[in-house]
Amino acid sequence: MGFFEAAGAEVVEADILQPAETLLDLYGEDIRARAYVTSDPLRGEQMLRPDFTVPVVQKHMAEGAEPARYTYSGEVFRRQEEEMDRPFEYLQVGYEVFDRENPMAADAEVFQLFSEVLSPLGLRAATGDIGILKAAVEGLSTTDRRKQALLRHIWRPRRFRALLDRFGAGAKPAASREKMLNLLDSNSVEVLIENGGPQVGLRSEKEVAFRMRALKADAKEAPINASEVELLEIILGLRETAPNALENLRDIAVDMPVIAPAVRQVAKRLEALDTRGIDVSTLDFDASHGRSTMEYYDGFVFSFSALGRPDLPPVATGGRYDALTRVLGNGRSIPAVGGVIRPELVQLLKGKTA
Amino acid sequence: MEKTFDWFGARGVELRRTGSDREYAGAVGGVDGVELVLLSAGEIPRELAAGRIHLGVTGTDLVREKLAIWDRRVKELAPMGFGHADLIIAVPKFWADVDTLDDLDAAAAQFRKEHGFRLRIATKYHRLIREFLQANGVADYQLVDSQGATEGTVKNETAEAVADITSTGETLRANHLKLLSDGVVHKSQATLLKSRVAKWTTDDRAALNVLTNLLGLDG
Repeated sequence: MGFFEAAGAEVVEADILQPAETLLDLYGEDIRARAYVTSDPLRGEQMLRPDFTVPVVQKHMAEGAEPARYTYSGEVFRRQEEEMDRPFEYLQVGYEVFDRENPMAADAEVFQLFSEVLSPLGLRAATGDIGILKAAVEGLSTTDRRKQALLRHIWRPRRFRALLDRFGAGAKPAASREKMLNLLDSNSVEVLIENGGPQVGLRSEKEVAFRMRALKADAKEAPINASEVELLEIILGLRETAPNALENLRDIAVDMPVIAPAVRQVAKRLEALDTRGIDVSTLDFDASHGRSTMEYYDGFVFSFSALGRPDLPPVATGGRYDALTRVLGNGRSIPAVGGVIRPELVQLLKGKTA
Repeated sequence: MEKTFDWFGARGVELRRTGSDREYAGAVGGVDGVELVLLSAGEIPRELAAGRIHLGVTGTDLVREKLAIWDRRVKELAPMGFGHADLIIAVPKFWADVDTLDDLDAAAAQFRKEHGFRLRIATKYHRLIREFLQANGVADYQLVDSQGATEGTVKNETAEAVADITSTGETLRANHLKLLSDGVVHKSQATLLKSRVAKWTTDDRAALNVLTNLLGLDG
C-alpha cells in the first residue's frame, strides 16, 4: 500500500459490513454463493465485504474530488462452496483511479504500477478489452432487442453462446415457442393470455402481451448475417501478443467498421503502456479475458498470474469499470480503472523464489 | 417411516419401534451391531455430514440442498423407490410468453426494467435453485424465502414465480401455475445414504458388510 501511496494515492477505508441489497442488485443472486450474508435486526441483510471496489466507488461518487487516486488494504471474505482449500478470508491491496482526462493513460498507469510492484515475482501478465466485444455486439446489423440480450449476457459465456446461436442461422427455437407463434397466427395475444386462466401475480397481462408481440416480431427478423457472426467468433477467439492482436483487430475493423473506435483505444493504450516503459511486444492480449470473472469490468482488463501454478488464483487482477460508477452514482458517472493484489500470494511466491 | 421399515423388511432386515408410539426409539433385528435412531428427515443430511450417524434414509433433495459438496461427504447406497418428488420451477399459467428457462430469464430482465426490482422466486431450496439458475444463465431474479404454502405467494404478490417440491402437480394447477418445460431442478426419492465422514471401526465395518449383503448392495 505504501507503494501506491508513494504514487500519489489517498488511503481509504471501507466498512467490513456492507448493505447486501446494493451488492445483490449489482451482482445478482449468484453473489450469495460467494459472499457471507448476515443480518442485522435494524439494518437488514448485510454482507461481509467481498471486495473494496463497490464501497470505494460509492465513497468517491458521494464525496470525492476529481481526479482522484485511492489505495486501500484489508480483508475480503469469500464463501467457498466447492473448493475446501481456497481461503475464505484474504487480504487485498488495491489502487483505483478516477480520472476523466485520459482514460487510456489511466489504464496504462494502473497496469504499469502493478507491473512494477510485482516485477520481482516474474508473473505472466494477460490483458484484454471487453470494450471490443461490446462494440462488436452493438455494431451487429440486427434489432436493438437482440443486441441488448447479447450485451446483458457478455459475462455469461454459455448464455451468450446460446443466444448467438439462436439469433444466427443455426439453432431452432424451442418447440413451445414455435407452438406459441403458430397459435398467434390465428389468435390474438389477448385470447392466448385469457386461455391461460386467472391473472395471478404482479407481472401484468400488459407485460405478457408486450413480450409476446416482441417475440412475434423477432420471429420475422432475419438471422444475424453469417459473416458478422464469423467476425464475432474471431474476436471471441482472439488470443495473441498485443501488437499481433492489434493488427488482427484492425483487419476485422475493415469488415466491421463499428469496432474501429474501440480498436483505436487499444492502440492508444498500447502507446501509453509503451511510453511508460512496458514491453508491449510480448504482452498477451485475449479479447475474452475477464468475461467469466467480474461482471463490472467493461473496458481494459488485466491479470498477473504465477507461471506453472494453475492451482493458484491470479496474484493480481484489475480493469476499467466506467459503467459501475454510473450504476452507483445516481445519474453521475466517471471513467474509473483499478485493480487489486493479493499480498498473501505475493508472500507465498516470494518464499518459493527466495 | 413405515415405507422405510417395509423396504428393509422386504430384504430381511427388521426395523421396529420400541416403547410407545410417541417415543422416538427403535431397534434393528437380524443384524448385530446396528442401532436404529429416528430423526427428522431434514436433520439426517447434517448428522451424516457430521459423522454422528453412519447410515441414513432421507430424500436426495434434502442432501443436495443442505450439504455443500454433498458427494464428498455422503455416498448414495441405494435409491429406495418411494418418496418421489420433483423440485420444479413454476410460473403463472397465463404467462403465455414463458415456457423455458430462456423465457424466464428474458421475462426477469423485462420485469426488473418495469418494476425496478429483480423478479422474485419463492422457495425453501435456496442452494439448489441458485445453482440451477446460475448454471442455466438466468439473471435478474431474487430468491425469497418461503417455508410453506409456497404456491400461494404468487397470488399474494410476494413472489412472481415459485420453486418447490411437487409430487402430483395438483397444487400447481389449483394455484394457476404451470411447470417450465425445462424447469425440473431435481428428481428426488428416499435414498439410503452412507456417511463418508463418520468414523468406521472394524466392528462398524463388519456390521455394514452383513447389512449390505442382506440388502444386496455393495457398501
